[in-house]
Amino acid sequence: MEPVRRIRSRTVVLPTNDIDTDQIIPARFLTTTSREGLGKHLFNDLRLDADGKPNPQFPLNDPASEGCAVLVGGNNFGCGSSREHAPWALLDYGIRAVISTEIADIFRNNSLKNGLVPVVVDASTHDFLLANPAIEVDIDISRSTLTLPGGKSVKFPIDGFARYCLVEGIDQLGYLQQQMDRIRTFEEQRPWTP
Amino acid sequence: MGTPKTLFEKVWDQHIVAKETADTPAVLYVDLHLIHEVTTPQAFDLLRNKGLPVRRPDLTLATMDHSTPTTPVSNFKDLLVAGEGAAAQVRQMEQNCNDFGIELHGFDSPRRGIVHVIGPELGATQPGKTIVCGDSHTSTHGAFGALAFGIGTTEVGHVLATQCLLQRKPKTLAVEVAGRLGNGVGAKDLILAVIGQIGVDGGTGHVVEYRGTAIGSLSMDARMTVCNMSIEAGARAGMIAPDDTTFDYLQGRPYAPSGSDWDAALARWRKLPTDQEAAFDRTVSLSASDLEPMVTFGTNPGMVVGINDPIPDDHGDPSFRKALEYMRVPTGKPLTGTGVDVVFVGSCTNSRLSDLQQAAEVLRGNKVAEGVRMLVVPGSQQIKQAAEEIGLDKVFIEAGAEWRESGCSMCIGMNGDTVGKGQLSVSTSNRNFEGRQGVGARTVLASPMTAAASAVAGSIADPRPYLDRS
Ligand code: SF4
Repeated sequence: MEPVRRIRSRTVVLPTNDIDTDQIIPARFLTTTSREGLGKHLFNDLRLDADGKPNPQFPLNDPASEGCAVLVGGNNFGCGSSREHAPWALLDYGIRAVISTEIADIFRNNSLKNGLVPVVVDASTHDFLLANPAIEVDIDISRSTLTLPGGKSVKFPIDGFARYCLVEGIDQLGYLQQQMDRIRTFEEQRPWTP
Repeated sequence: MGTPKTLFEKVWDQHIVAKETADTPAVLYVDLHLIHEVTTPQAFDLLRNKGLPVRRPDLTLATMDHSTPTTPVSNFKDLLVAGEGAAAQVRQMEQNCNDFGIELHGFDSPRRGIVHVIGPELGATQPGKTIVCGDSHTSTHGAFGALAFGIGTTEVGHVLATQCLLQRKPKTLAVEVAGRLGNGVGAKDLILAVIGQIGVDGGTGHVVEYRGTAIGSLSMDARMTVCNMSIEAGARAGMIAPDDTTFDYLQGRPYAPSGSDWDAALARWRKLPTDQEAAFDRTVSLSASDLEPMVTFGTNPGMVVGINDPIPDDHGDPSFRKALEYMRVPTGKPLTGTGVDVVFVGSCTNSRLSDLQQAAEVLRGNKVAEGVRMLVVPGSQQIKQAAEEIGLDKVFIEAGAEWRESGCSMCIGMNGDTVGKGQLSVSTSNRNFEGRQGVGARTVLASPMTAAASAVAGSIADPRPYLDRS
């Protein structure tokens, strides 16, 4: 995985609450056996109309959101299905961080494993971000800070290990494989076997 | 005796390969890895790229359920009913299981079915196990006192390669349910009420334990319905303490222990329930006796009301208003009487034999209303057969419903079984998200009884009058 240390970008705001992974990428696009090229299906049924033409009302189609790498969602972003296709589609589209007041567990785990940064902020910072779309923010992963225009900076929670893996570009499978001796010992010594 | 522990803590502690520290998550051992065709191809690619084998194929159980047709399959052409991508995915799954030495319950297996239905049915799901699957409804298996949760595809790769996962310990949430469910009110209504109470993010970061008299009196099928929808409250997992109901269900199943192994397992399982003094991080309570049949009116499972209660006001919340506009339902009135286009009885939430029996009880001697399409999809091939042995297929077919092969079907609409644009579907599945059952589909989640009553009435209907005739 490529290291992810700092993201500086304008924001695109999708204010709806409870954006689920079915909205991020509808199930009919999951019959793929690849993880590549899913960006074209990102928010498919919201972003595109029935003929595949961009819906001008949808924030990602606003010319101002061109090139934005930071998505601000409503409360409880990423709930629902465990599909990792959701972070794959966001990343492929060019989104590198998602900001909300709450980010669902499985989506957050999946994001971290792919270098998409989940940023949880307090309600007042969130309100500010919702009310001020297309502002330049600076996300510093090593310091766990989100800096707003004008220099106001807030800390966001991120698991220390996940942060280390992001910043150093470490693949967590490698870490698990280093534990193989302990895994074998566990298997040999456990009082019962499944 | 040591510190008192919850059921979750006991199972967690027994599977720690390496303890978590401030800097590193725990390494958690996985006893059973369930896999299906949608969330695994990229994980098998990873193994191939790294030249790694599947470390414990003997602890890996595979089926195909999402992208499979619910019409009979005897050759490749039959698969294409579900679409070319779906057919290719199914073929890839066969190839992957073959290449990596994993037992697959494929089209030639009478044990094929929805992954969360066949694990318990085969007796592979057992108390005290850690169970994972690249699927959020893995929480279903917690009904047996297992710690079971959904993971992403990268983590599927981790488990295939090492049989372990990196995890931070979640918090615990007790959901205490007193009383007893009334006639015509089922486990589905109970879990919808719980989600309505705590919200779709009420369980985030937590493992739920469902407790109390109402839970203890539920059958295993009903407990699975409850635990299944834990994820709909955002919870990592849902668990229920194993008891005699659990043990009776498991004894004699093909993957369950037998002989002296059974006795040893039983002794171990009996120690799993939460100790009396153990503490939960949070507790919420409700009474089952007060519950009515529940129906969702919005686009997430937390937007739910009793079937005769009015849809609440939006209080100026734009997300709430957007959901009601999508659903095209007015506030201030109950959902009963709203016209129905499609009724779906199936999914890992409500496709077990007792679910089908409940739907059949309402349908018996009645007809599906004109203009309504009703699809009944059993959770597994074994359930299909058991239902046919007691004549349920005839009840459905005579009423005018379609009786299908097992699979996820219209729960997710990946196999061509979809709800049309703008159509209203009363569904026994677990997600009423926008477009979940098909582009523009409007989904009302309900119990099998409510779904069947709505099929007969042609509009959303309380099932209780249909049960009181005799
Ligand atoms: S029935 Fe629906 S919820 Fe269950 S595993 Fe299949 S797609 Fe997922």
